[in-house]
Amino acid sequence: MEQRFLTIYWRDMLRYVRFRTLLLSSLVQPALWLAFFGIAMSSSFDAVAAQAPAVTGIPQVGYLTFMCAGVISMTTLFTSLFGGMSLIFDKNWGLLREVMAAPMPRSNIVLGMGLSGITKSGIQAGIILAFGLLLGVRFFAGYSPLQVVIAVLGIFAFVSVFSLGFVFLSSAIAISMESPEGMQGIMTLLTMPIFFASNALYPVEAFPEALRVLSLANPLTHVVTGIRYFAIGPEFSAIGRTFTCSTADLLVSFGALFLFAAVTFLLALHRVRVARVT
Amino acid sequence: MQDDVIRVEGLSHRFDDLVAVDGVSFRVRPGEVFSFLGPNGAGKSTVINVLTTLLPLQEGEVVVAGHDLRTEPDRVREAIGIVFQEVTLDRDMTVAETLLFHGRLYGLLRGELRERTDELVRLVELETKRDVLVKHLSGGMKRRLEIARGLMTRPTVLFLDEPTIGLDPQTRARMWDYLRGVNQDGTTIFLTTHYMDEADQLSDRIAIIDRGRIIAEDTPLALKNALGQDLVYLETADNGRARAVLEADPAVTGVREKGPAGLLVTVSEDGTRIVPRLLESLREGGITLDGLNIKKPSMDDVFIHHTGRALRDEGAEPFAAVMGRRR
Repeated sequence: MEQRFLTIYWRDMLRYVRFRTLLLSSLVQPALWLAFFGIAMSSSFDAVAAQAPAVTGIPQVGYLTFMCAGVISMTTLFTSLFGGMSLIFDKNWGLLREVMAAPMPRSNIVLGMGLSGITKSGIQAGIILAFGLLLGVRFFAGYSPLQVVIAVLGIFAFVSVFSLGFVFLSSAIAISMESPEGMQGIMTLLTMPIFFASNALYPVEAFPEALRVLSLANPLTHVVTGIRYFAIGPEFSAIGRTFTCSTADLLVSFGALFLFAAVTFLLALHRVRVARVT
Repeated sequence: MQDDVIRVEGLSHRFDDLVAVDGVSFRVRPGEVFSFLGPNGAGKSTVINVLTTLLPLQEGEVVVAGHDLRTEPDRVREAIGIVFQEVTLDRDMTVAETLLFHGRLYGLLRGELRERTDELVRLVELETKRDVLVKHLSGGMKRRLEIARGLMTRPTVLFLDEPTIGLDPQTRARMWDYLRGVNQDGTTIFLTTHYMDEADQLSDRIAIIDRGRIIAEDTPLALKNALGQDLVYLETADNGRARAVLEADPAVTGVREKGPAGLLVTVSEDGTRIVPRLLESLREGGITLDGLNIKKPSMDDVFIHHTGRALRDEGAEPFAAVMGRRR
C-alpha cells in the first residue's frame, strides 16, 4: 500500500518540533488570546448580558466559554493557512525538487501536508482546551466521563476536517508562489474576512443579510458550530441570546466542512500535479 | 555489447519563444562518464531537467536505463540519481535524516535504509557528521551529502548538474576523486559543467553544447587532437605583419588573435620542431618577438575552436592560460 505520504508527514513534523521558538509561540499565542481578549471581553459582555432576562431550562454560559470555540477555530485557521508555506521554502531553497523527481504519486505530497496540518491543529486545540478550562471556560459542564470523551472526539473531528480544508487551500496557493512575502500577503488578506465574517466572537443572527449569508458559507462558522455543540450542548444561552443546534444542523455543518476539504483537496492535487519545479 | 544507458534522439525544448535545446542527439554507454560542456545558458540544465523528468519531454525520443521517458517516467525516476545545480538540502535536517528521507521517498525498506546510510556516509567521509544539522556543514560537505543522497537508491546512472560550482579548488579536486570512485564502482555518470578542466579530468566522452546544439562530441583526447598537434602563442611588435609571415609557412594550419597582444598559431606538426623555423622567418621579416609559448591544446582551445569564442562567462586571461595550464 502506498504510504509515502507518511515520509512527507514525518519530515514536516521534524521541522515542527525542531523550530522551538515557532513551536512555542504557536502554542502560547492562542492562550494569550484567551487570556487577554477573552477575559477583557467577557468582563464587559457578561455585565451587559446579566441585565437580560435569564432563559430558563437551558444552560447559560459566560462570554469566555462562548468565545473559546472561536479561539480554537481561529488558531486552527491560522496554523492551517500557513501550513502550505513550507512548500515555498522547499521550492526555493530545499527539498521540493527532490520530492518532485521521486517515483511517487504527487498525491502523497498533498496527503502528507494535510496530515501534518491535522496534527499541528490537534495539538493546539488540545492546549487551548486545557488552558481554557484552567481559566474558567465552562466546557463539558455536567457531562459524564463518557460524554466528555465523545465530546472531545467530536471536537477533534470538526477541527481536523476544517484544518484539512485550509491546509489544502494553502498548499494549492503556495505551490505556484515565488516568495514567502507574497504568500504572507494573501494569507493576511484571507484571514481577516474569514475570521470576522463568522460566529467565532459574536452571533451571526444580528448581521446584515449579505454578511449573514457570507458567514453561512464560511467554513469557520461551521467548525465553531460543531465545537459549541460538543463542548457546550445543542442548546444554550450566552450574551443574552439563545443558541440552538439540532443534530441536523450539526450534520449540515460537518457536511459543509467535508465538502470544503474535498474541493480544496482536488484543487491542491491538481495544482501539485501540474507544478514544475526546476 | 550492452545497451546504451541513455539514448537521446532529436531532443528539443522551448520556453515560450526561446529555443533552449535544439535537436540534440547523443548516447551514453554503460559505465562511462559523459559530460555536457558549455557556457551558462547553453541548454545543459534544460537537457538534464528533461532527462530527470523535472521538465516535460516536448520533442524527441529519450530512453534512460532501458525505459522510455515518455511512457514510463516513474521507471526512469527509479533508475536514476540526481545532484542538482543548487544546493537542495533542508538546513534543519541532519545528514542521516536527509538520506533517510530520500530513501523513504523511493520506497526503500528499513534494513536497506540503515545499510546504505552507513555505507554512503563512509563513502563521502561524513561518518562523524551523521547527526549534525546540514546548516553546520561546509559547502564541500553539503555537496558530498548530495552525492551520497543521489546514490541512496543505487541508481544505474547518476546525473550531476554543475557538481563543483562554487567550490574551492581543493574541494573540487576531492569531489572529482569521489566521482571517479563512484564511477569505478559501476555507476554511469552524466554531468554538465562549464569548467573545461572538469570535463577534461573526469570524462570518458564530452559533448560540447552551445546555444542548444551539440557542436562536437568525442573523447577529451580526440577533441584536443582534432585541433592539430600543438598551439604556439606569440606576442610580436607587429602582429599584422607577423600573421602574414606565419600563414606562409606550410606547417601552420591557422592563425588567430588571442587577447590584446597575442597570436595563437595552430600547427600540424610537433611544435618544438617548427618554432625555430617560424622564428627564423619572423627575424627575416624584421619582426621583433616579445613572448613565446608552446602548448598542447586544452579544452578551452577546443571550445574556442568550435564556437569561435571563449566561454562567455569566463574572464579572458590569455597569457595566464597559456603559462599556467601546460599539458
